[in-house]
Amino acid sequence: MVTLEFYLIVAAILFSIGVYGVLARRNAVAILMSVELMLNAVNLNLVAFWRFLAPTELNGFVFAVFVFAVAAAEAAVGLALIISIYRNRQTVLAEQINMLKW
Amino acid sequence: MLTFSPVSVSFFIMALFTIGGGLGVVTTRNLVHAALFLVLSLFGIAGLYVLLEAPYLAVIQVLVYVGAISILITITVMVTRRLMGIEETYNRQWPIAAIISGLLGAGLIALVVAQFGALTPVADVPVDNIEQLGRAFVTHQGFLLPFEVASVLLLAAMIGSIVISRDV
Repeated sequence: MVTLEFYLIVAAILFSIGVYGVLARRNAVAILMSVELMLNAVNLNLVAFWRFLAPTELNGFVFAVFVFAVAAAEAAVGLALIISIYRNRQTVLAEQINMLKW
Repeated sequence: MLTFSPVSVSFFIMALFTIGGGLGVVTTRNLVHAALFLVLSLFGIAGLYVLLEAPYLAVIQVLVYVGAISILITITVMVTRRLMGIEETYNRQWPIAAIISGLLGAGLIALVVAQFGALTPVADVPVDNIEQLGRAFVTHQGFLLPFEVASVLLLAAMIGSIVISRDV
């Protein structure tokens, strides 16, 4: 039997990898990919808690479905922003996107 | 403790896919390869959903993430290709980032093991789980309002991304 902690450990490792990617990568697309990893780790946590603690309730399951919807919206808008920035500034490197920094 | 069974073996294979793919995403220089590693990682998550007896979520995962979002990311990588592969992959703060994420991961794992050690499911998943979900999405007692709000959010995101990325 695979117990709850194994799923949570996998999710924790995946979340930390995502945090590292967000902090250390220079390319904005790579940062967005790392954000997707973190979202997936959280979703795995939600589903694991639902399965092990309240499988007869729907709440945790539905929450995971809504996280999917919001993650899809976030990816679409984020990538559109990156394409727009690339079109105007010819760069996707996070440290060169500094128009709002003084 | 873990015993040797088909479920635990497939759990470890899927966990390996997930974590290996995740490491590939943050370490590969080539962004197209990073996108492919992301697909591997998301596919591993879909397998874990199957093992958690949520096949509906596994199907959504494959459709939305492996199908749609990874295609979007790949196309963005191709469109913004000019600067790829020449420069450094990481910025100057990557050692600090490695320390922070390592500490975060160790802390989370310690917390999880202390708090939820060796917990088994309290009950079985109801057989009509998906049917209940479908009913809950269209009734007032269930999740009708959040469902409609999610639809509006997706519509707004669709129009918004077209407007933002359009060539004016």
